[in-house]
Amino acid sequence: MADPMKIRATLVGDATEVKVLMSHEMETGQRKDAQGAVIPAWFIQNVTVAHGGTTVLAAQWGPAVSKNPFLSFKFKGGAKGDKVTIVWTDNRGDKRTDEATIV
Amino acid sequence: MNRSRRQVLKSGGGVTLLALVAAAGWLKPGDASAQSWNKAAFDTKSMADTMKALGGGEPVQSKDIVFVQTPDIAENGAVVPVGIISNIPQTESIAVLIEKNPNMLAAVFDIPAGTEPSISTRVKMGQSSNIYALVKADGKYFVAAKDVKVTIGGCGG
Repeated sequence: MADPMKIRATLVGDATEVKVLMSHEMETGQRKDAQGAVIPAWFIQNVTVAHGGTTVLAAQWGPAVSKNPFLSFKFKGGAKGDKVTIVWTDNRGDKRTDEATIV
Repeated sequence: MNRSRRQVLKSGGGVTLLALVAAAGWLKPGDASAQSWNKAAFDTKSMADTMKALGGGEPVQSKDIVFVQTPDIAENGAVVPVGIISNIPQTESIAVLIEKNPNMLAAVFDIPAGTEPSISTRVKMGQSSNIYALVKADGKYFVAAKDVKVTIGGCGG
């Protein structure tokens, strides 16, 4: 199981700004190790951010997203104290769900 | 605006794509969850192929797509910040493409109503290249490009 995400959800005016830092290798499948063997690709494929049961952002990623991915966006309709849930799934089927409270 | 028509069109498109993916044997039947990953699109190596895989035609150049926090010169190609804001009404999705990467498509973000059409993330770049921001708005595709120079590549060893 991967390390937890660092999530910050802040109310700015009428929008909620979400900033996420995920902990993931994001291996491209292009690199080779010291023996010349290709290191298999290992990266996050799907990211879903939900607020109050509604998806506010759905992303599909390729291996070109940087290691330990960062993501930031804003959505309307959040209130202080609400929960924001983020789920990612990688190409090995590994999954991680984390939650943050809007401040 | 006719909301229900848009939704029907949208969901219709989704079904076709899933059906295509399933038909091509990438997904075993029953394996297709609500969350799908567009393998065909992520495997493409050119703009035209990516557009085909995403189900769109030739994108229109647009000045309403703005790059923010994106450097002109990236010192480290492994971590290039990219911020994209779309000022096009009814933006449905934003995709990030990097011209000279082994596979062009880096990420696709679906923007539901209520979410601002503005995202920022960090991507890897193998070498100096154009970054394309591809925006789907009201069923049409728009594109903007930004040239980013890379000092140290982020792909390969």
